[in-house]
Amino acid sequence: MVQFTEEKLQKIREIVAHYPEGKQKSALLPVLHIAQEEFGRWLSADTMDYVATLLQLEPVEVYEVATFYSMYNLKPIGRYMFEVCQTGPCMLRGSDSIIEYIKNKLSINVGETTPDGLFSLKVVECLGACGYAPMMQLGKHYREYLTPEKVDSIIEECRQNAAQNN
Amino acid sequence: MGRKLLLEKAAVEGIRSYEVYRREGGYLSVEKALKNMTPDQVTDEVKKSGLRGRGGAGFPTGLKWSFIAKPEGIPRHLVCNADESEPGTFKDRYLMEFLPHLLIEGLIVSSYALGSNTTYVYIRGEYAWILEILEQAIAEAKNNGWLGKNILGSGFDCEIYMHRGAGAYICGEETALIESLEGKRGNPRIKPPFPAVKGAWDRPTVVNNVETLAAIVPIINMGAEEYAKIGVGKSTGTKLISACGNINKPGVYEIDMTISVEEFIYGEEYCGGIPGGKRLKACIPGGSSVPILPANLLLKTAKGETRIMNYESLSDGGFAKGSMMGSGGFIVFDEDQCVVRHTLTLARFYHHESCGQCSPCREGTGWMEKILKNIEYGKGKHSDIDLLWDIQRKIEGNTICPLGDAAAWPVAAAIRHFRDEFEWHVNNPVECQQHNYGLAHYADALEPA
Ligand SMILES: Cc1cc2nc3c(=O)[nH]c(=O)nc-3n(C[C@H](O)[C@H](O)[C@H](O)COP(=O)(O)O)c2cc1C
Ligand code: SF4
Ligand code: FES
Repeated sequence: MVQFTEEKLQKIREIVAHYPEGKQKSALLPVLHIAQEEFGRWLSADTMDYVATLLQLEPVEVYEVATFYSMYNLKPIGRYMFEVCQTGPCMLRGSDSIIEYIKNKLSINVGETTPDGLFSLKVVECLGACGYAPMMQLGKHYREYLTPEKVDSIIEECRQNAAQNN
Repeated sequence: MGRKLLLEKAAVEGIRSYEVYRREGGYLSVEKALKNMTPDQVTDEVKKSGLRGRGGAGFPTGLKWSFIAKPEGIPRHLVCNADESEPGTFKDRYLMEFLPHLLIEGLIVSSYALGSNTTYVYIRGEYAWILEILEQAIAEAKNNGWLGKNILGSGFDCEIYMHRGAGAYICGEETALIESLEGKRGNPRIKPPFPAVKGAWDRPTVVNNVETLAAIVPIINMGAEEYAKIGVGKSTGTKLISACGNINKPGVYEIDMTISVEEFIYGEEYCGGIPGGKRLKACIPGGSSVPILPANLLLKTAKGETRIMNYESLSDGGFAKGSMMGSGGFIVFDEDQCVVRHTLTLARFYHHESCGQCSPCREGTGWMEKILKNIEYGKGKHSDIDLLWDIQRKIEGNTICPLGDAAAWPVAAAIRHFRDEFEWHVNNPVECQQHNYGLAHYADALEPA
């Protein structure tokens, strides 16, 4: 069973209060983001059921939303997920070869996770950073103007970060 | 050097903070509007300014505001569209990241005009750090009395809340955005009823783009008449252009809509030309949904006039020989780029982003992606090109929301202007996979200015 801390519950009450009385369903997207951050970077059926209870919704109302939006992970993912943009403007500036480079470097395909659970690779559509291409999202931030050297140093940075925070 | 109204202060050290922003003349438009003007006077001023929506469609903002229904006792809402997901477009992000208070200021004045006591900013989920910047700016504005109850003693109450999306291009469409704000899947609604009558929670709602709402600040500060003097014809004021692709200086530029396309691409003040001295092949001037133009039609219109970076000039020639200003996402192709490959990425994008409600869009985008993939990877037939043309025509105009059209237009324009390149792929199935391909559509390289 999953359970939010009192601090998170307070935050959720604040968010619900932003919407009209009785329209607490409006808080669903923001609350799912919080749930995903809190409970292992993905939304399990347990997590979704818990959110449904919290917002007084039918579980199916939560499932249909969670499956619609691409930022909700419905399966476990690696600790660091590289979300590389592959849309036209990034393609014009070499995103295809960056994706190939990452695949080779980590020996995984798109949609896979390294056996040590550290890295996942996902391709995504335009993230609104086309002028700073090629680019990827890593956690909350964007990594822009990617080159093979820059990818190497990002991987190294993640490894060190993981070693320090174990 | 064009006049800057939005980004004028972007380079001021610390402008993101309230103190610096205020010291530089921030929030004066709120004082002016709330103390000296009625809400209707603000709307009239916006009408007179000629401001057109900066989200893509270019609909006159003041007129849109005047449509909002005012049933007794029912709250109204302003919702700021910060979903920014149209490939090639990243101007709203720039504005919010560097000048968060400019948006907040515009939101307060606009909320006053519309009578919105609770205003929402719907921001795409991936812009997580920008959400934090805006939340901080909202808190600062509130601490300094620009939000909350009875602002400046005017009797007007206003709160602004952030609402984070979760990855769906379709939520930029205003009725899908409203569904998403209500905590549902982003399925566009059938119109009518229009949001101005029945929007969020069935209340009258106006949805406006980030840049549109920021532009309210200079309009109120300088007055509509002065604002309307900038630019030409129905393209008044300034426009943010996000430039990307094969140029030396990608980034966000504020232009006054009188400069030529050529100057924008080659001028040192703007894109700074094409890397490696390569020639210009084509450009998508207004975000991925608008038609691609080959170099010869881009720099000059079909009539042989210099093409200018404004609404009228960019659309001159209609879809056959022109394009659109759209969202201002300016994508440049050098001579080595493959139009087929680029169009494939866009077809994949729209297929991925279709909400699936209408079969022409859901099925058609999938078919287009599949056929384009075959052509790009050397498995295409000549009949595929006609089939592709046929499918895009059957999508256009037959769907609930304009995403269907947005998916059809890029494919149509690519075939219209670059059919020989599609044929070359079919005729040369091996070579077309080995290198990008540029047929002689390019303009000769210009000498650096
Ligand atoms: C598929 C689709 C996606 C859209 N995405 C956006 C967007 O990301 N941002 C935006 O401001 N408008 C977007 N629009 C336009 C909005 O529906 C709406 O017209 C706009 O927000 C109105 O604001 P404006 O009048 O200030 O331009 C989109 C429209 C469609 C059909
Ligand atoms: S046109 Fe496409 S995105 Fe729009 S409602 Fe229909 S299926 Fe959904
Ligand atoms: S195309 Fe990659 S960020 Fe826009």
